[in-house]
Amino acid sequence: MAEVNPPAPSTVSTGKTASPQVMDRRSFFSWLSCAWLAFAAAVAASGTTMIRYLFPNVLFEPPSQFKIGFPDDYKIGEVFEGWKSKYGIWVVRSVDSIYALSTICTHLGCTPNWLEGEHKFKCPCHGSGFRITGINFEGPAPRPLERFRVALAEDGQIIVDKSKKYQQEKGEWNDPESFLKV
Amino acid sequence: MADKGSWKDGITNSQVWKSVFRHGDPGKDRRNQALVVLSNVFLHLHPVQARKSGLRMSFTWCMGGITFFLFLVETLTGILLMFYYRPVAEYAYNDIVALREHVPLGIMREIHRWGAHAMVVTVWLHMFRVFMTGSYKPPREFNWNVGVILLLLTLLLSFTGYLLPWDQLAIWAITVGSNMARATPFLGHEGPGAALLKLGDIKLIHAGADVRFALLGGRFVAAPALMRFYVLHCIAIPLAAAVLMAVHFWRIRRDGGISGPM
Repeated sequence: MAEVNPPAPSTVSTGKTASPQVMDRRSFFSWLSCAWLAFAAAVAASGTTMIRYLFPNVLFEPPSQFKIGFPDDYKIGEVFEGWKSKYGIWVVRSVDSIYALSTICTHLGCTPNWLEGEHKFKCPCHGSGFRITGINFEGPAPRPLERFRVALAEDGQIIVDKSKKYQQEKGEWNDPESFLKV
Repeated sequence: MADKGSWKDGITNSQVWKSVFRHGDPGKDRRNQALVVLSNVFLHLHPVQARKSGLRMSFTWCMGGITFFLFLVETLTGILLMFYYRPVAEYAYNDIVALREHVPLGIMREIHRWGAHAMVVTVWLHMFRVFMTGSYKPPREFNWNVGVILLLLTLLLSFTGYLLPWDQLAIWAITVGSNMARATPFLGHEGPGAALLKLGDIKLIHAGADVRFALLGGRFVAAPALMRFYVLHCIAIPLAAAVLMAVHFWRIRRDGGISGPM
């Protein structure tokens, strides 16, 4: 970059390149673009770093995967409420399967209650009602409650994975991972 | 009389007085009036000359001015509230109650709250006036867009401030509100196009890394969300709004002052 280019057939670089220390127009612009590129790269890198800064490496939140005991701990036809406040799920055992329902109302995200007497989930915010399967049947909720992935761990316990959810209206409840056959 | 005059002259001729006030009595001539306004950082925000229509309340409603005044009220009361409020999950709600029950002038938070509601209304009325008088038209189209961003920042100030009382209403309102960010195109994990952003099998956008997560500092509204909203509410958004307000006021003058009647 430092050496002088052979005199280009232009009107600009005539006579002015007497001393080799003087930068000619062309190398000035190539240096200038290098400088701008370096500056843009530095801005992009620091911007990316600052965005990354907003995503912490450790979260003090309940884990998204957890064990909830053995299938035989759950009675047929019962909604188990023991994990509601800790993990945000209801565990339901039907005649042939176990599934984990999300405790988040599909209307605006409140937490419904299980009403044993009326055998339904009822949301206190706007009155949405869901059957034991999670299917909505009254109130403003537009779709059924979501289910989470359930599987058997090596020690025979049920493992729930809240990072994977299954929506009935998308036909995902047929997915063999959305319930546990018992 | 002569004594009084010399006493007054003694003050106005002193170095201290002259270092503060560069120009003579503005009452004496028009040139001095203009110089006094132009050389004062606060007075120069208002033009030396204005159109008659620009001073007519029935034309401007003074809505932009009232909005700016409310912003100043919110800044002052907000700073006073910050002396007591701690944005920590354990303390936040109790501090809010204490601001009403144990702190002198318990109405401070209510002034801040009602001022915020009023500011949303006055911003809207200001834009309504600007729209109905056609004042958004060239050469003011750029300033209209600056104003739209300021409207957005006003709404975001209301939204972020809503979480700070840390009661059930606040937590659920922000839960519902921030759920909308899930559906942001490309950047929200349930939004259109988000599934396209992946490296091989690894999703780049998911519940633990999307725009909603960046806003809340977690997967749901919890202590990190309170801190983030506090910083956004007290520092980041007011700073952005102040910069844009400077641009907004500057452009009113550059674009020919407050628009006249059509």
